[in-house]
Amino acid sequence: MSTAVTEIPQDSRVHYLNVSYGVKSWLLTVDHKRIALLYLASITFMFLVGGVAAVLMRIHLIEPAGALVQPETYNKLFSAHGIIMVFFFLVPSIPATLGNFLVPLMIGAKDLAFPKLNLLSWYIYVVGALFTLYAVISGGVDTGWTFYTPYSSTYSHSAVIPVAIGVFITGFSSILTGLNFIVTIHKMRAPGLTWFRLPLFIWTMYATSVIFILGTPVLAITIFLLGVERLFHVGIFDPALGGDPLLFQHLFWFYSHPAVYIMILPGMGVVSELIAAFSRKRIYGYSMVAYSSFAIAIISFLVWGHHMFVTGQSIYAGLIFSVLSFLVAIPSAIKVFNWTATLYKGSISYEAPMLYALGFIGLFTMGGLTGLFLASLATDVHLSGTYFIVAHFHYIMVGGAVMAYMGGLHYWWPKITGRMYPDMWARVAAVIIFVGFNLTFFPQFMLGYLGMPRRYAVYPPEFQVFNVMSSAGASILGIGYLIPLVYFIWSMRYGPLAPANPWGAKGLEWTVPSPPPTENFEETPIVTEEAYDYAPIPEGQHG
Amino acid sequence: MADLVAHGAGHDLAATHSPDLKHHFDNMTQQFDAANLGMWVFLATEVLFFGGLFASYTVYRALYLPGFEIGSRLLDVRFGATNTAVLICSSLTMVLAIRAAQTGQRKAQVVLLLLTMILGAAFLGIKFTFEWRNDYLEHLVPGVNFIDRPEWGANAPHVQMFFIFYFIMTSIHALHMIIGIGLLSVLTWMAARGRFTPDYFTPLEVSGLYWHFVDIVWIFLFPLLYLIGGRYGVGGGH
Repeated sequence: MSTAVTEIPQDSRVHYLNVSYGVKSWLLTVDHKRIALLYLASITFMFLVGGVAAVLMRIHLIEPAGALVQPETYNKLFSAHGIIMVFFFLVPSIPATLGNFLVPLMIGAKDLAFPKLNLLSWYIYVVGALFTLYAVISGGVDTGWTFYTPYSSTYSHSAVIPVAIGVFITGFSSILTGLNFIVTIHKMRAPGLTWFRLPLFIWTMYATSVIFILGTPVLAITIFLLGVERLFHVGIFDPALGGDPLLFQHLFWFYSHPAVYIMILPGMGVVSELIAAFSRKRIYGYSMVAYSSFAIAIISFLVWGHHMFVTGQSIYAGLIFSVLSFLVAIPSAIKVFNWTATLYKGSISYEAPMLYALGFIGLFTMGGLTGLFLASLATDVHLSGTYFIVAHFHYIMVGGAVMAYMGGLHYWWPKITGRMYPDMWARVAAVIIFVGFNLTFFPQFMLGYLGMPRRYAVYPPEFQVFNVMSSAGASILGIGYLIPLVYFIWSMRYGPLAPANPWGAKGLEWTVPSPPPTENFEETPIVTEEAYDYAPIPEGQHG
Repeated sequence: MADLVAHGAGHDLAATHSPDLKHHFDNMTQQFDAANLGMWVFLATEVLFFGGLFASYTVYRALYLPGFEIGSRLLDVRFGATNTAVLICSSLTMVLAIRAAQTGQRKAQVVLLLLTMILGAAFLGIKFTFEWRNDYLEHLVPGVNFIDRPEWGANAPHVQMFFIFYFIMTSIHALHMIIGIGLLSVLTWMAARGRFTPDYFTPLEVSGLYWHFVDIVWIFLFPLLYLIGGRYGVGGGH
């Protein structure tokens, strides 16, 4: 903390943040950069709400008999945590904030193709989030984030309908964002910016958008059918009324498995940018990394049945889904190998964003490899429904997606706000998050392997050591997230002014001032070089 | 700024600085292409939305064929066939309205758009006041007044399931029709004010795509609900 600020640095230039003031200028804005900030504020709030639910769960699980709440309340806590984190934080996280901000800037456009639609999608998100928060406050929902029928449609006495409406509504916000990105990337690239000159972040935004528009509507109709069954007591999924609960699971996972890739693909895009910028090298095997994003998006629609190995699905379907699930490992591994190959002989510097990127590679690899255990029919019978699954998907979603999100926020923070964050604190926080994360979730692999089922409010005493470790890790992780929250807010007012390109990075977004003007580019840029055209630079030029 | 538009795809529209050009597009061609692609992407979403329903219907029909055939026979094919014809005609008037915009005939646009709306409303009128009313009187509305009939025997729950899907699918389709008629009324108003010219008819074009899509959904719903297996299909047998 050497930055004892006596004078607040001032910026006299007109840019998108100071071009107009007042609540109305924000709530009625059609500037993609301001909408990105609206999203940033909203999803940060939802992240905190979901985080509080997680903290309460981890405190409860310190004691085998449960230390804090009634079992019914515990059910509502893990449901709220899952629903809020999946639908209201992870799915919109990188696309709606960094994606919204960066897609036009990276491709040399003045805005997204449909600016008003973009604002509408934020309002839809907010309405959906309010429905869900209302449900959580008015009594909560106890079905888990998966809403499995017939429990959700017939037997649960909790606020299923308001939450279902909230998730249903929010889905349209994802669809509109995906639609906007696809059209923008197709039609609004600057002259000379061919597909294979695009930053890899754009490729992943495109692949994610494809999943948004093809997956989300299936979730919408599934939730709609669930709501009809619950409201009218007619048989669609409830076997007592003549329905088939497996059909619900098929439809639900047809969206919700690709949704996992909605969460991780943007993270992969961010990490590609970070690795290239802080190794000062072109991404090794650029076209393979670009294609692998598409391979992941396509295969993601063909693997949903691996969530249903133990539900009575046909064994032959299980075999095929198992093989297809293994296939996802190939494009994922291509990415990991190419990132590490990029590091090889690169001029690596350990700025805070790079720490997150390196953390991502390790944690994503662990999350991915443990996924292979779960894609194998025999081991899945043992591990299904245990903490092994919880640990696996948290390695992907928190260790992967959230680490990348944090890395991306740091990397583009100077561009977004025009201010630098305190570098030392950022590096400390990155290390704390990495340590806290592993301490929280690695013991859960052990717990799951030993047979502790997920979603129970109590557990046998022999599992206590690992549970206490996990809870201790969660408190460290929580502190790790609060530190950036504090210094980011601090930096918006007191941070040193950021130059246009503080990292010496390549990419059109670094050619405009920080923060950019409302129109992004005074003149439409003409692109004449490939992405990541880095030449090794002498030491000490950045930082 | 004028030199920036020089790189655009077309020479004809690119050079003109139309008042309809939004600030973030370089030229009218780009703006038109973006709107068109946007609607196609949206329709891809819609296909998957209805696809979930169609898939569920197909699964249950395969599982519970006898019950679904009984249900199908209880529908009145005359209403469905009439509505199919009505919708196909409405698609024709929609296309002609776009053509009228392209040739700059303002009055023809308004008349054809009004015709399209009337045909759409006729579809809904037949659906609500004849078909659904009859279903209600015959106690075929699940969750409201559905009553099993003795001749269905063990198939009764599956007949009910057929009608659950029948009402969900036709309601969602009808909702799309209502949204379409809402769009058309705005378009008619715009057309009457002369907003569409041979150089700018993007809203008409993309709304037309939507209208045709909603028609095509019905083209799939009609045989699926009224025709196959019930009266004329292989499994019919009566």
